[in-house]
Amino acid sequence: MAKGEIVLGCLAPHPPHVVYAENPEQNEAFSEGGWETLRWGYNRLARKLKTIDYDAMVIFTPHWQTYIGTHFLGLPEFKSKSVDPVFPNIFRFNYDISVDVELAEKMCEVAGESGIITKMMRNPDFRIDYGTITSCHMLNPEWDKPLVTISSNRNAHYYSPEVMNEQAGALGKACAKAIEDSGKKVVLISSHSLSHRHFVTESPLPEDMSREHIYNHSQYVWDMKLVDMMRGGKMREVIDIMPEYTEQTIAETEAGGLTWMMSAMGYPDYPAEIYGYQSVIGTGNLIAAWDPMEATREIVL
Amino acid sequence: MTEPDILFGVYCPPHPQPLLSPEASDGYGKIREAYETCRKRIEDSDADLILVYSTTWPSIIGHQIQAHPEPEWVHVDDDFHFLGSMPYKFRMDVDFAQAFRDAAESRGLQSRTVSYDGFPIDTGSVVALKLLNPENRIPACIVSSNMYANRAETIVLGKSARDAIQQQGKKAVVVVVSSLSNRMFTEHIDPTEDRIHSAKDDEWNRKILEFFEDGRLEDLSQLSREIHGQIRVQKVVAYKPAWWMSATMGQHNNYTGEVLAYEALHGSGGAVVMLTPSSETVGDKEFDEDDVEHYHGDRGVLDKGAL
Repeated sequence: MAKGEIVLGCLAPHPPHVVYAENPEQNEAFSEGGWETLRWGYNRLARKLKTIDYDAMVIFTPHWQTYIGTHFLGLPEFKSKSVDPVFPNIFRFNYDISVDVELAEKMCEVAGESGIITKMMRNPDFRIDYGTITSCHMLNPEWDKPLVTISSNRNAHYYSPEVMNEQAGALGKACAKAIEDSGKKVVLISSHSLSHRHFVTESPLPEDMSREHIYNHSQYVWDMKLVDMMRGGKMREVIDIMPEYTEQTIAETEAGGLTWMMSAMGYPDYPAEIYGYQSVIGTGNLIAAWDPMEATREIVL
Repeated sequence: MTEPDILFGVYCPPHPQPLLSPEASDGYGKIREAYETCRKRIEDSDADLILVYSTTWPSIIGHQIQAHPEPEWVHVDDDFHFLGSMPYKFRMDVDFAQAFRDAAESRGLQSRTVSYDGFPIDTGSVVALKLLNPENRIPACIVSSNMYANRAETIVLGKSARDAIQQQGKKAVVVVVSSLSNRMFTEHIDPTEDRIHSAKDDEWNRKILEFFEDGRLEDLSQLSREIHGQIRVQKVVAYKPAWWMSATMGQHNNYTGEVLAYEALHGSGGAVVMLTPSSETVGDKEFDEDDVEHYHGDRGVLDKGAL
């Protein structure tokens, strides 16, 4: 069997607003649009994904928060409705997803062997979090690839961002080994915003773009610093400063997603493809991708 | 103006073990028994509203209040999914929810009701309502815990709840769903070997329970920041439940406190406590005031000490 490989890594933020703005038939709420910079960036990355041969998407989500180890979805089908507990007015999404249980079990096994506390989630009533749904829908609106969803163990809460970085890095290494052993071609998805301070009020029309801006300039400056480093292929350095960045901007990187993905990809030293940056309810959101194949790597923006 | 009619308060933990696996350990069973005691007290009271503040329902856009008349779902906990599913169908007091929202807005807070089929009611609220009000005999209301709110906002939210209870003429039971110390073990454990995560957490929990037992809810509210720093995993900016509970129940220390159970729940501190307003305890607490509304001069406490 040929070795499995990671064919693309995607930073894919999950504000439900982008799904709401797209008006897919699965979502009950209706919008007049909004957040085009992000959505058009997503649309372009989704087109690139169509040109790539892969077997499954593996997504690390901050909205399946676990405190007792790292959990993996462990049943082949999940069909239900996801309602965002924070923005139920805009996100009530009827989903029908398939899971690559074999790959999930392999990841769980290899991570367990490396000392990480793990658990397979096999309760059929379990509801898929809106982070997984938003990122996956925007990257693959046809939903024609199986997923593996990995929970985010909240080491940053229990210990510190430094511990989060270490443990997410170890999980990334384990997942990379599991992918290699599986023989599958996999797209990794790190589902989160960058800076993550929200406004606590919402305009009467959530998609009123005259009201949308970053929460404060400090967050913007930090976000742009990271974007610059990504463009420069300095992902080892990005992960090194992750604890400070996370604390300064209360970034959603606190869940460990970017560290996990960069570790699994060997801390790329080639430029990231930048697809778009925009604020959503004050948070900073970047769509980016890391293409290991030099021949297909692009300068997008 | 008449005072709002708050019959008593219940402080209880959010973890699903007392609902799903009470037989797994003696401790979980004791928590379940304490819930049963509270359930009977609620049934024996003439309460017409159960008002729940849940620390496991975080919100961002202000304070959200559940207003679906009959929310129904099968809930599964993110961590403890292997313990089983929690099917629920609750009866909500929609008029009260709207009055609460209006009261919050009139006090300057951002607030909104939520009424959507399939809205994910949180583990803590599901556990509390299924155990305290299993037949939905009394309509309920649930309010979220805003992740950015701090002391001033949380206290005003409690006062808003009080306004709404008074304005609606309700006889309310106030329920706060929260752990004491909230550090769980980060590995899977044998429930029979469950214990409080550390001696420090245990000592602080017991100190908090002393306050509860003495009816000193407002004093606990004043200690919230210290409690947060000492024994709360920093998931949110502050330990808010004592602020909200005290503000809702009247910001005083005049309660009969009953600690019905205190046990470990995967390492965290789980307590079931009842606080019943009393008129007999004013001024008999260490730092209690004779009157919190008017100043009557120094109490001369130094004259009564060892000197």
